[in-house]
Amino acid sequence: MTWTLLLQHLANGVALGFVFGLVAIGYTLVYGVVKLVNFAHGDIFMMASFFVYYGIVLFSFPWWFSFVCAIFLTALLGISIEKVAYKPLRDAPRISSLCSAIGMSFLLENFATVVFGGRQKPFYQPQILSKTLDIGGVRIQLVTVVTILVSVAALLFLNYLVYRTRMGLAMRALAHDFDTARLMGINVDRTITFTFAVGSSLAAISAIFWALRYPQIWPFMGVFPGWRAFTAAIIGGIGSIKGAMTGGFLIGMISIMLVAFLPDLAGYRDAFIFMMLVLVLLFKPTGLFGEA
Amino acid sequence: MAILKLDGVTKRFGGLIAVNNVSLELEEGELSGLIGPNGAGKTTIFNVITGVYPVDSGKILFMNQDITRKRPHETAALGIARTFQNIKLFGKMSVLDNVRVACHYRLRASVFSAVFSLPNYVKQDEELTRESLRLLEAVGLYKLKNDRASSLPYGHQRKLEIARALATKPKILLLDEPAAGMNPEETSELMKFIRRIRDEFNLTILLIEHDMKVVMGICERITVLDHGCVIARGSPGEIQSNPEVIKAYLGSGAYARS
Amino acid sequence: MYKKRSFWLTVFSLVLFFLFIQYAQTHFDAYIIRIMNVAAIYVILGVSLNLINGFTGQFSLGHAGFMAIGAYTSALLYMSPELKAMNFFIKPLIWPLNEIQIPFLSALLAGGLLAACAGFLVGAPCMRVKGDYLAIVTYGFSEIIRVLFNNLQSITNGPLGLKGLPTYTNLWWSWGWAVFTVFFIKRLIDSSYGRALKAIRDNEEAAEAMGVNLFYHKTLAFVVGAFFAGIAGGLLGSLVMTIDPNAFNIMLTFQIVLIVLLGGLGSITGTVISGVMIAFLMEWLRIVETPMKIFGITIPGISGMRMLIFSLILMVAVLFFRHGILGDREFSWEALFSAFKKRHSTEGE
Ligand SMILES: Nc1ncnc2c1ncn2[C@@H]1O[C@H](COP(=O)(O)OP(=O)(O)OP(=O)(O)O)[C@@H](O)[C@H]1O
Ligand SMILES: [Mg+2]
Repeated sequence: MTWTLLLQHLANGVALGFVFGLVAIGYTLVYGVVKLVNFAHGDIFMMASFFVYYGIVLFSFPWWFSFVCAIFLTALLGISIEKVAYKPLRDAPRISSLCSAIGMSFLLENFATVVFGGRQKPFYQPQILSKTLDIGGVRIQLVTVVTILVSVAALLFLNYLVYRTRMGLAMRALAHDFDTARLMGINVDRTITFTFAVGSSLAAISAIFWALRYPQIWPFMGVFPGWRAFTAAIIGGIGSIKGAMTGGFLIGMISIMLVAFLPDLAGYRDAFIFMMLVLVLLFKPTGLFGEA
Repeated sequence: MAILKLDGVTKRFGGLIAVNNVSLELEEGELSGLIGPNGAGKTTIFNVITGVYPVDSGKILFMNQDITRKRPHETAALGIARTFQNIKLFGKMSVLDNVRVACHYRLRASVFSAVFSLPNYVKQDEELTRESLRLLEAVGLYKLKNDRASSLPYGHQRKLEIARALATKPKILLLDEPAAGMNPEETSELMKFIRRIRDEFNLTILLIEHDMKVVMGICERITVLDHGCVIARGSPGEIQSNPEVIKAYLGSGAYARS
Repeated sequence: MYKKRSFWLTVFSLVLFFLFIQYAQTHFDAYIIRIMNVAAIYVILGVSLNLINGFTGQFSLGHAGFMAIGAYTSALLYMSPELKAMNFFIKPLIWPLNEIQIPFLSALLAGGLLAACAGFLVGAPCMRVKGDYLAIVTYGFSEIIRVLFNNLQSITNGPLGLKGLPTYTNLWWSWGWAVFTVFFIKRLIDSSYGRALKAIRDNEEAAEAMGVNLFYHKTLAFVVGAFFAGIAGGLLGSLVMTIDPNAFNIMLTFQIVLIVLLGGLGSITGTVISGVMIAFLMEWLRIVETPMKIFGITIPGISGMRMLIFSLILMVAVLFFRHGILGDREFSWEALFSAFKKRHSTEGE
């Protein structure tokens, strides 16, 4: 094992970590504000990649324009899902909204199977992004670099949104104490809509990078990234953005390093990840950065 | 002989010391009160005694047995029963079943004999049903035994909670604000009721209450708590004239107004 | 007196029911028999999940995992050594599994017991993990099972699965177990233990304060639920003749959750009805996936349409019929009679 190879894997791990982290933030934001595990988040992620696909194939948009459109459409999708499936159940028992989320996930997957077809479709690979950089013998794909850069930009923007704007303040207030915040006159509906929009657009961004890395898209592609990201969110401590990113990194690293260094055990990857989840929950139920 | 003894018990929630080095003794058969301003740590003391929260330091003795590390179901089985400040009934279950649940821990029959109705289970189940019905009769809820607990009016829910607590065959009964939300008439009836069950079931009762009429009317001894500390202890007369107590109540009142 | 009458009525209807089963087994065509078998398995699955989710209030998504354990354990025990050798051509099956063969019933029971052990392992964390988190942990467990079974080539044959399983499952087996499941779980929840379970569902803190041992009772629900899920897995394996790890995925669990939701969380009667309904509905929905001719125009079958309709039903059920068919009501002879009497007296007026 050489240093260069290690660095290469490290870069891949970091990039994948960002991808998981961004999806995990979607879970964390929604859970923080409405206390709901948005089981459909992974499928929102899947829909985003199909939006890009059809933007390019059907409407022959340039790829970057298709990316931007997909992000907006996905935000819209997230908002509509909330309006249709979660809002009516806001005051119902938790189990109802949980089932609604499961049903929504189920519905999106089957909708995609019927409308888009169950077979894998190739995802468009822009020429310039598939270039490989050679930095002192360490070969890194440009996608990896761009993933990291865009993710950092998205994170900075998110940080600004949550900690510097009125909307972010409302979000944090709802997350802290839903009923009190509601009584204090915070516009609950608007804030929740906004939360879903932010979470879904982050999912769309990570879906694009995911699809650039693994360029086959299909209706069930969201299931595993979704669950891993959710695991990341819990491990990091749900409700905490920092925690979601940390969890994302952990899982991204494990995914890459296991395949790279212990290929025999690669098949057990998800078993490892879930074991880690169970252990974290047993010994620190609120996650690494969660508040008690 | 003290039946329950708290020895230097402290409980923290993060930076907040909810119960601060509290020592407390309950004599067998006495009816005592625990009072203090909002947030003084009264409910937390109940939670610590019953094992809902582990203590940070200190010791709790029940009939000379160390129960500091016991879980709530264990303290319940030993003979410490409680009611809750914000009523916690089994809402979807019938009134009778609410009481029968509290007898369950005494059942000495396996799951299998329960499922296949083996004689040893049937006998015990009949016995505990009879007992539960007796308790419902004692609190005057017999007629409502098949109603859903959540459908009962407020006053009846309070009574059902007490009946349920009695079904665990307690030696000590901890009542958390039993008169909350009652009108004066119901309150005076409740006072009689509490005295009656104390005598009928040979109980030691510790009672949290904001209604001073209740506390001064029925408690033989009163402990006053403020900011987690015991600031006074004594008979109702002594407490009423204690300057510390007056200051604590006035102080918190002033705080609430500001 | 009422009790006695209800008892004999139940016995009488059970006799009638099994006469019907006997008739169906010998006279109905294979297609209907198959659906009826599936219906029975759905009933077992739904009722056992309802014990955990509906009566104990612990949201579990682990049922597919328990089923997989039951299906594999029993299959590996009732398959003949030759059949196993034929299946395991990449890596041989480990000793002693490759040599033993035991009767179907004992194989089923072994599968159920192993699933029950798994139920204990999954139920134990219940003490620390609650609500949504528990759903995640149980789901994680069922994924671990799937991943393990995909990788343990020399025990499970990996993703190739087991093929050509002998078909022991018939209506007697499946409905026999379904009736036993309903009997067992109904008796359990009506007993003192069941009251403790429902108390945990309604208010955990109060239940514990009243002396209910949370750990014991939550794991009890998981163990019993998992046992029957394991049995159902074994029956299903021998019915469909082929099992592979990926058949036991989250979709399967979702289907069972749907059965419970449609039937009503906390209603066994409702679960039985919805289990049978869903079995027939899913079969009937196959129509939408086969090409059909309407007014001379051929509409090609759309694959996946069945599941799409299914998930739409799920959403409608969750959003508009939150309490399912029966809420948490149960069938009883007394209720039937009093309803009858009422009808009569109003007609008489
Ligand atoms: N689980 C908890 N986590 C954090 N803080 C808690 C918890 N339970 C109680 N506290 C805090 O401990 C303090 C004492 O609370 P406690 O409920 O014991 O007061 P109390 O005397 O019963 O008041 P009240 O008269 O309002 O019922 C309060 O400041 C409360 O906010
Ligand atoms: Mg209190």
